[in-house]
This record gives sequence, structure tokens and C-alpha cells, in this order.
Amino acid sequence: MNSAHTAVLPAYSDYLGPAVPDSWRPLLDKALAADEKVLASLGLDLDKTLQFRSGLVALTDSRLLAWDHQTENWQSWSFREGLSLRHRDHAGVASLELVDAHARLGGWRFTLAQDPAARNLSDRFQAQMECVLAGREPTPPEPLTCPTCDAPLPPGTDECPTCAREIHTPPSTWTLFRLWRFAAPYKGQLLAGFLLTLVATAATLVPPYLTMPLMDEILIPYQNGQPIDTHRVMMMLGGLFFAALFAWGLGWAKTYILALVSERIGADLRTTTYEHLQGLSLEYFGGKRTGDLMARIGAETDRICLFLSMNLLDFATDVLMITMTAIILVSINPWLALVTLVPLPFIAWLIHIVRDKLRYGFEQVDRVWSEVTSVLADTIPGIRVVKAFAQEKREVSRFRDANARNLAVNDRVNKVWSVFSPTVTMLTEVGLLIVWGFGIWLVSKNDVTVGTLAAFLAYISRFYTRLDSMSRIVSVTQKAAAGAKRIFDILDHVSSVPEPANPLHLPKVTGAIEVKRVGFRYGNRTILRGVDLNIAPGEMIGLVGHSGSGKSTLVNLICRFYDVTDGSIRIEGMDIRSVPVSEYRRNIGLVLQEPFLFFGTIAENIAYGKPDASRDEIIAAARAAHAHDFILRLPQGYDSLVGERGQALSGGERQRISIARALLIDPRILILDEATSAVDTETEMEIQAALENLIRGRTTIAIAHRLSTLRKADRLVVLDRGQIVEIGNHDALMEKQGAYFRLYEAQTRKLDDGAIAAEKPRVPFHREHAPV
Amino acid sequence: MSTQNIHLERNAFGQLLLTDADGKGHAITPVRAFPIAAPTENIGLINAEGAEVAWVARLSDLAPEPRKLLEEEMANREFMPVIQRINSVSSFATPSTWDLETDRGPTTMVLKGEEDIRRLTSPALLIADSRGIHFLIRDRYALDSHSKKMLDRFL
Repeated sequence: MNSAHTAVLPAYSDYLGPAVPDSWRPLLDKALAADEKVLASLGLDLDKTLQFRSGLVALTDSRLLAWDHQTENWQSWSFREGLSLRHRDHAGVASLELVDAHARLGGWRFTLAQDPAARNLSDRFQAQMECVLAGREPTPPEPLTCPTCDAPLPPGTDECPTCAREIHTPPSTWTLFRLWRFAAPYKGQLLAGFLLTLVATAATLVPPYLTMPLMDEILIPYQNGQPIDTHRVMMMLGGLFFAALFAWGLGWAKTYILALVSERIGADLRTTTYEHLQGLSLEYFGGKRTGDLMARIGAETDRICLFLSMNLLDFATDVLMITMTAIILVSINPWLALVTLVPLPFIAWLIHIVRDKLRYGFEQVDRVWSEVTSVLADTIPGIRVVKAFAQEKREVSRFRDANARNLAVNDRVNKVWSVFSPTVTMLTEVGLLIVWGFGIWLVSKNDVTVGTLAAFLAYISRFYTRLDSMSRIVSVTQKAAAGAKRIFDILDHVSSVPEPANPLHLPKVTGAIEVKRVGFRYGNRTILRGVDLNIAPGEMIGLVGHSGSGKSTLVNLICRFYDVTDGSIRIEGMDIRSVPVSEYRRNIGLVLQEPFLFFGTIAENIAYGKPDASRDEIIAAARAAHAHDFILRLPQGYDSLVGERGQALSGGERQRISIARALLIDPRILILDEATSAVDTETEMEIQAALENLIRGRTTIAIAHRLSTLRKADRLVVLDRGQIVEIGNHDALMEKQGAYFRLYEAQTRKLDDGAIAAEKPRVPFHREHAPV
Repeated sequence: MSTQNIHLERNAFGQLLLTDADGKGHAITPVRAFPIAAPTENIGLINAEGAEVAWVARLSDLAPEPRKLLEEEMANREFMPVIQRINSVSSFATPSTWDLETDRGPTTMVLKGEEDIRRLTSPALLIADSRGIHFLIRDRYALDSHSKKMLDRFL
């Protein structure tokens, strides 16, 4: 949209940031001097009192301009020494302040949607002012990139076209048709099933047709005194029997084929959803509840499968039957057929009215149902806490509340739903009544025979019962559509850690990591800003800081569990976002505070990252991780099963298994996230020994709460509120008496001195302090 | 330091300065401990390092002048628009763009998923939009019937 303007207005020619909103252009153009160029702009969406209101800040090659709502005019600040822009954000609102050494000159507020524009503006402000004041020619800035997918943004916008589309477009309401993607591979079977349905339905329509000759040519003549023609009767009864037999065989074949296909579609859907889910970033899992995701993959796919195999099939049969019946009826007697079909539009209308109400009713039912399962998923893993605090009653009442909400929503839906079926039945009866009445009148006028009327009644009684069951399609379709929507919600979710479009491949990894001006924001909280760190191959870095200072976030960014908001992380000089995720992660070994063991044998758990590892490799890894001895003490050795969370093993043992797991894949980069903080000091020493084997020769990034465990680090990086405040080794930092010194002091003072300093003998607390 | 003798002033940078008992000045930021449940109670005055310098148990305990400064500062810092009316929503399936009237003026927001609507202590709701702004609905039953109907489809 900007390109047209770029061509006309030279004032915006070398413009790379977000476009000046069209509504502001005339005003801004008036304020600009003849040869003045706009370099960057920030469209404000809030005013000073935080009301939603549009505003503008613009940077030109010689000054900063901002619209003042009070004076209805531009405020302007020419470049001079000491000016700077301060950029901050808090709780979803960011602010930009222009300050000099003595005071605040101006301030603007905006939502985080404008944040990239503000960052761009303040960067360019700094660069431009420095150049102007020094009399240098400014260097052209780098083009902006999308914070989500890292693609370069088109000039004049601050929104990546692909990412914006994903955020703003709601999924189509015809979600069910999207299931075709999963049905397409079974086209042949589906066609066969459809043809079988067609023939089978036609076969079921034969018996009522035969009632006509039975009535008119046999029964009525008999009442009028003619004998029964046994041969004809046998022929017709035989016809009835064979039609039924034929319909039975075909019905069986079609149901079997279509059920087979729909079961496969359901299975494909389930696997695809799970596969997609595995590819999503941690950010997605952080925002979802386990129970809800489990319900989506389990119950929803099952519901869709049921819908396809039962309901949709029945519905298709019904539609076929109604069409065929209508054709037959019209061919027998158009007038009677017309009367018979009159109630049909009414029923269609009724279905239409109820549809909307039911659809969102069922969506609500689903959501409430997930809420019930979520309560289960919340409390069952936390059962120890529940019991320890004796809150069983409270949890039961929480469950009861969720269940009560479930009931309330279901009651509301059922209110509409329960009126529905009886109404259809009633309409059926009324319809039959009309046909009887009109039919008798026609018979009395000798327009139709009694046999025709009987055939009509036989047809439409089927016809209407089908309508009744057809009306059920409304609710099941809505349910299935709601389910499909929830499945596609997952499938449509693009990983916030996307695979690169043109992946580059890593050369041999030495373990050099370069963190360049990295910033990270989660929701509306800024967690890291401006982090710069170069890590040499084989170096051990200790990350230190209060909890919440951003240590784990930095590690998560290096593992690429999340993508950085600003800046970049490079490995061997390549941005990690340009390398395929799995190829990159293969080089990383991760040891977490809470080692997670999957259900399976110890050997399987150790070989988790390298399933084809030989037994010798597994044993070697276990030996190096100091896990071998205790594994052999277990009754089944390496074949011992470890439970859902490795319940049978102690924390230190589990940790050593997870260290063996990391050792086995022989990564160049090793991340230890509080690997020893969940265990006691004695176990920690055992683990430390295991870790030393692991660390040797690898780039290691370790987070530890106990600073003493990081003594061996080549460099310690002290983080405070998302920024690096100090870098250096233990001795240098202690000498500096800065942030690290304070942390260390606080720890040695607070903790039992024996537990923290390994050199000192361990003295039990009570003994040392007991009065002698 | 007790609530009565909290002395505050605003400096040229627009920061609030608290002078403590020793006459030392601290640039402080007021932070509510319970922004939704009890906005006028339990307010921490936090310095630039994030440490608490003073604590205000109740705003009403303060002298009028510092109280005015604090309220001003908090109103300026906190941003949680209260939804007064939902004019329209682009679709009932998420992501959905909502056209809203708030106490901060009319605006639009994008709801990314139903899970971004969080139930606070009933009847309040907190809605996070795609930009990370939190919109508050104080009482969802007190909304007009049109808004209620719209909202209901997402709950």
C-alpha cells in the first residue's frame, strides 16, 4: 500500500519502517520542510491519558516530530547533544520517552502492537542523530524482519503478511468440508460405497410399489367375489422377499465398506493431529491444558469418525431415498404426491431454526466437558499436594462445580433439543393425516385406486420416519463440525518455532554460540532485553541470577524451544532459525532439574535420543554417568521398568539416567538447567562427578541456584531482570564486589555453611549452633 | 516507614521521588498487589532495582497530596481497559476480531482463542488480546443483552 506513495512522495523515499498511516499523511506533509525526509514513524494508538486514540511520532533526517492533541499542532525537537529516546514496556503498554540530561521532554504511549515500529524509530533516531551531530553520512539501516518468522518485512509495513493472516482470519464455518483432505486417499472405496448405497436404497423401494398390484388386482377383486390367483400372489411375495434379500446384502456391503473407510479417516486424523502437535513449540503447550488437548485428540476424532461412518452415511441414504420416493410418487399421481410433500418445507424450516441454537450449544457443551477433564488433569498429578494439605473436599467441590456447569449447559441445550424430536413426530402424523384425507377424497372421486393410496401411505410412512431420523443430522453435524473445528484449531496452528523455508545445513559443530542483542517477550512481559554473549567452543558458562532474571528463558532460546523476539542466536555463524529444528537440536544435550523418565526399561530411557544405540554404548554411557552401579543393583538390571515418572528411583538416580541419556547422543552443546538443585548435597556430589564426564570437551551452559556448583565454570554470566550485569570468573567477580558478590554472600550467609562450601567439613546445623 | 509520613514529589524526568526518613530520595514506582481484587489496598512502592521501599496498606491512609500523585502515576502506568460493550465480533470461531467500547474509548482487539478468556473470581473475566493487552469485564452479567449474547458464544 505504501509503494504508490513512495513513488509520488520523495519525502518518504528511503523509508524502510512501518508506513505513516494514510490519515496522518496530509498533516505530516504540511509540517515537513522542503527537502526533509521521513526516516521512520510510529503510529500511536493511545494518548497520554491511555485512551484509545490515534497519534503519530515521526523521525526525519533532522528532527523528531510528534502530534500534540492539546494544541492540535506538531511538537518538534531538532537533534542536539544529550537527547535520547527511552523505550520501556509494562503490562501491555509501551512508552517512548524523549529525555535530555536534565528533564523529560516528551513521552508517548502505545500498545505492544506498535512495538516493532517504536524499536525501529528509536534505533534510527540514535543512529541518525549521532551521524548528524558528527557530520557523517548515515549508513542505510538493515531492513526489518518479522519477529515471528524472521522473514524480511516488505518496506513500509510492520506486519509480516503471512503471520498477520494467521492471526486475524477465523477458520471457515464449512470446517467439515476440510475433512476431505483426509478422505481423499479413499476416493475409490467411497465411490463404491456410494454406488452400493444407491442400489440398496432402490431395492428397499420395491416392496411398497408391489402393494399396489397386491391391493388392486388381488385383494379388492377378491372382496368383490373373484378368487385369488395363487400364482400371482406367489410371484409378488417372491418379489418382495428377493427385494428384501437384495437390499440386505447390499446394505451390509455398503455399511462395511464405508465404516472401514471412516475408521481409517479417523485414524489418519488422529495421527496427523498428534504429529502436528509434536511439532508445535513449547509456547503452545504452555498455554494449553493437558486435559483439553487429550480430549481433542481422543474424543473429538472419535466423534468425527462416528459421524462419518454412521450419521453421514444414514443421511446420504435418506436423501437418496427421499429423492427416489418423490420421483416414484410423482410418477404414480402428481396431485397426491404434491400433498404428500407439503410438510417437507415446514420440517426444513424447523431444522433451520434449531440449527443455530444447537450449534453453539454443543460447542459450549464441549468446552465445559474439557473443563471437567481439566480438573482431573490438574489434580491427579498434584495428588500429593492435595493430600498433604487435606484439600480433598475442596477438590471434590471444584469437580462438582465443573460438573454442575456441565449440567447447566447441557440442560440448556436439551431444552431446545427435546422439543425438536417430538415436533418432527407430530408433523409426521399431521402429514399422514393430510394424505389420508386427500387420498380418501381422491378415491371417492375415482381418481386413484385404493391400491395407489395404500402404496402412498406405505411410502410416506417410511419417508417420514426417515425425516425424523434425518433431523438428527442437524445435531450430529453440528457436534462433528464443532469437533472438526477444534481439531483444525490445532492443525492450523503454525509453530512459533517454524521450520525455515530454505534450510541451511550446519557444518561440523564445534560448539561456538553467539547471542546477539537478544530480546524476548512472553505475552506482555519483557523477559530478556539486549543480551549479548559469545561462547567459545568447549567453554563452560554458568548462568547466575535471581529466579525470574531470565536464565531459563535464555537457555530455552538457545535450545530453540522459543524464538527470540529481537536479535539473533547464531551457531557456527549461522542463525539457528535458518537451520532445521531437529538438525540443530541433535547437537544439544539437555539435563533438566526434574528428569522425566518415560514408561519403559532403563535401557530404553537411556537410549531415548538414539534409539539404535548398542548395548555397549548404553552401558558405557551409564558408566560415565555413574549410573551403572545402581542399575546393576536393581533386580532386572538395565531391563528394569521405570514407572510413569520413574517412581521407583530416587531423584539422584533418575538424574544420573538423564545424564547418561545426554551423554549417549554425544552433543557438542550441553545445557544443565538446575541439574543438581533437586537433590541433597551428597547426591549432588555423585551427580557432579557424573557431570564432569559429561562436560569435558563440550560447550556447556549451566544454570545453578547453588553458586558453589558453578565454581568450575570458565565464565559466570550474571543476569538481572533480563539483562546481563556482569561477566567473569568466580574470583574476578568476587573481587569486583558487584551483583555476583552480593548473591554469593547472601547464599553463604543464608544457607548452612557446611552445605554450601565443599571445603569445610559438614557439621549438622543443630550441633554447631547448640549451646555447649 | 509509616503510611502517614510518606512524602512524594515528581521530578523533571516525570518520576516519582520518595524521600525516606533519612532524607534520601528514591525514584519509585507504585505497584498494586491485588490490581483486580483490591485495587486501593496494598500498594508497594518499588525502586528502580525492584526492591520495595515503602508499603501503603490503604490508599485512604495517605495524605491527600501523595495520594493524588500515586493515583495519577498508577492510572498512567496501568492499562487494563474495562469492556463496557461488545459492538460486534467478526466470527464466533477464533481468531476473532472484536469491536469494543471500553472505559478507554472505542477500540478493536483480536481474540486468539477461547482460552485467552480467563475466569477470575465470578463474575469477572479477563480477556487477553493478540497484542498482550488485558481487557477486564467486571461483571459479565451486568453487560447489556447484546454484549452478553456475543460473549456467551465464547464461554
